[in-house]
Amino acid sequence: MTARSSTPPTPTKNVPTEIDRERLQALVARGAQLVEVLPAEEYEEDHLPAAVSLPLRHVDKEATTLLDRNRPVIVYCWDTA
Amino acid sequence: MSPRAAWRLESLGFGEVYDYVDGKVDWMAAGLPTEGTNAGRPRAGDAARKDVPTAGLKERLGDVRDRIRAMGWDAVVVVNEERVVLGLLRSKELDGDADLHIEQAMRPGPSTFRPYVSIKEMATFMVEHKLESAPVTTSDGRLVGLLLQQDAIRLAGEK
Repeated sequence: MTARSSTPPTPTKNVPTEIDRERLQALVARGAQLVEVLPAEEYEEDHLPAAVSLPLRHVDKEATTLLDRNRPVIVYCWDTA
Repeated sequence: MSPRAAWRLESLGFGEVYDYVDGKVDWMAAGLPTEGTNAGRPRAGDAARKDVPTAGLKERLGDVRDRIRAMGWDAVVVVNEERVVLGLLRSKELDGDADLHIEQAMRPGPSTFRPYVSIKEMATFMVEHKLESAPVTTSDGRLVGLLLQQDAIRLAGEK
């Protein structure tokens, strides 16, 4: 019988990892940066606590100044679309 | 949208990137708090009565009717053991034959609403569709509570 590890999966190097709500909460508690990539108007109406706004079209220009490369980053939009 | 952002961040040198694929819909449907201009406004999940009585499919209608009317209710939500909504009985269905099983008397597959819908939107919809009550559920169908039209109208009018 093979024992299963209870350790959460860590991302393969340089491959974004899909996560659920519980994993998000655990990562944020560890200091992950939470980023909403929807248009700013939608962010202004409702966003997850402590999330920053970085609309998809602004990622190229603003990501490196807004975010810390040395900390985990979690992106989200409205749903799976 | 978020997968593209995640991949672009990876290509910009971010080494640990995650994508919360279910997104804001999932977060809000779970009734978790948000920040922003809409955050303080009442929503369906805030106003839904959490103490709504529930019943199982195999219960006898007469027994359920006596139980819930004694509690002052005129509606009951039918759920399974996981609290997933299967049906609804409002006053009309509750007045049916006492010997029917709930599954024979209920209105199956009722329209359900997510907790994050604004109360104003709910009030308008319920009046237009003559809904005296509406079950509020999480995105996976679990009961949050029952929103009464009178509550929705009152709260919508306060804002």
